[in-house]
Amino acid sequence: MSDSTYVVRRKPDRTPVSLDVGPRLKQLDIELTERCNNRCIHCLINRPLSDSSAQADEMTTAQVVHILRQAAGLGCAQVRFTGGEPLIRTDFQDVYLYARRLGLKVSLFTNACFVTPDVARLFARVPPLVPIEITVYGMTRESYEAVTRSRGSHESFRKGLDELLACGAPFVVRWVVLPPNRHEIPEFEAWAKTLPGITAGPAYVLMLDHRSRRDDPEKNRVIDTLRLSPQETLAFLARDETKYRHGMAEFAARFLTPPGDRLFHCGAGHGVCIDAYGRVQPCMGVRDPALTFPLGFPEKTGSDGAQAETPAGPDSENGGLTLAQALDRFRRLKTLAAKHPLYLARCARCFLKGLCEQCPAKSWAEHGNLDTPVDYYCQAAHIQARYLGWLSENESGWDVVDGPERIKKWVHALSTEGNR
Amino acid sequence: MTSMIDLEAVCARSENVVAREIEEEILIVPLAAGIGDADDDLYTLNETGQAIWQALDGQRSLKDVAALLAARFNAPGPEIERDVLGFAGELVRRGILVTRP
Repeated sequence: MSDSTYVVRRKPDRTPVSLDVGPRLKQLDIELTERCNNRCIHCLINRPLSDSSAQADEMTTAQVVHILRQAAGLGCAQVRFTGGEPLIRTDFQDVYLYARRLGLKVSLFTNACFVTPDVARLFARVPPLVPIEITVYGMTRESYEAVTRSRGSHESFRKGLDELLACGAPFVVRWVVLPPNRHEIPEFEAWAKTLPGITAGPAYVLMLDHRSRRDDPEKNRVIDTLRLSPQETLAFLARDETKYRHGMAEFAARFLTPPGDRLFHCGAGHGVCIDAYGRVQPCMGVRDPALTFPLGFPEKTGSDGAQAETPAGPDSENGGLTLAQALDRFRRLKTLAAKHPLYLARCARCFLKGLCEQCPAKSWAEHGNLDTPVDYYCQAAHIQARYLGWLSENESGWDVVDGPERIKKWVHALSTEGNR
Repeated sequence: MTSMIDLEAVCARSENVVAREIEEEILIVPLAAGIGDADDDLYTLNETGQAIWQALDGQRSLKDVAALLAARFNAPGPEIERDVLGFAGELVRRGILVTRP
């Protein structure tokens, strides 16, 4: 029975994991609330902090705990808490600790405004095992609050960040590129380099999505005006020309082939997302009622989330689904085919599909179905392909039959150039 | 490097870790800061480690654990004792196991 090493260190986040092996539930996302202290000009989900109706409908602590227990039982390694602003929930610390005590890693998306000394100390004492992701909206009060439209939010954000720094809690920052803050990107990058743990540079949110609940056409019109043009998107992506080209070479070789008519090419079907009201979806963006199901919760769930005895058994709790049942339903998404004629004529035949951010979630937000192409993402992909020489000015990705061969030649030429 | 530990020691799982069994593998997840070499590391056990881990109940001495496993696997006692000592030393050093008086 002898072996030389008894314990193996693992960093699962940094190791590619096949979706076909491993635990049954790969990823759990929980939107703890849709409410937020900020009123960001671009936000695709937020509802007001004071929205008592939304708050009343939110899952209870026990219901969140019930979901976490099921997820752990399905082998899930990580939960992502998002919102809205998840830290506005008064039970956040309880929920966080419960997840960690189940052995789940916790990923958290936050604006940091509600990071109190207590919360920061908790993250330092019981680390999430995944760096907290903090979204930054501006380097000055003026730019920050021009985005958040919430007075005092910049000061709260800075205080929250200082608390995390003082405790040594792990975090990374990302920046949403918007008109009020575009001019501050160099300053942001320089600042981000001074933060501990930011080794690979900060992340950016560049493409802005429509409201995923399709609840505010006026807000969608505003979002349209905030979006970068295709030319501006390209200029941003290629601002470091060498890095951009090499990044694209690595990416293109792996992902750029015509996808056919299958709609879901992502991890959908391997994870589940829970909205703030206890409904399960295949991804946070796909809020199509046809793919959204209520979860079942025992009527009497103990404060620790333990299931009460239910005569009908765990698979038919109050008529809602268990996570396992939802997962079984979502696995069938992999075979779902597009029907929209434009999708079939364009996206299904386009070798740039992997570069384009078009997906069922984007189609849902933009058009209310899963397969209408979204020009905004299509244009951003095409301008890059033309810039890189994969397409001539008059060609589209679905016109050419030798797209993958063109990319192979381009990658080869780039590596030859690099070796000179 | 292993901690100074002998066969008379009694080891228990630290309250600062959570052990999960996923896909027939034992995954050790740090709960508190300061476990292991980096805060985001997780750990799995090899086959030998799993057998020893499951036999550690916080009551038996390492000598008794080794005797139990030697009988179960019909393996030479000294070899098993070496494994148990190596395993316990490594995990105590990482903070995954604690010694009990």
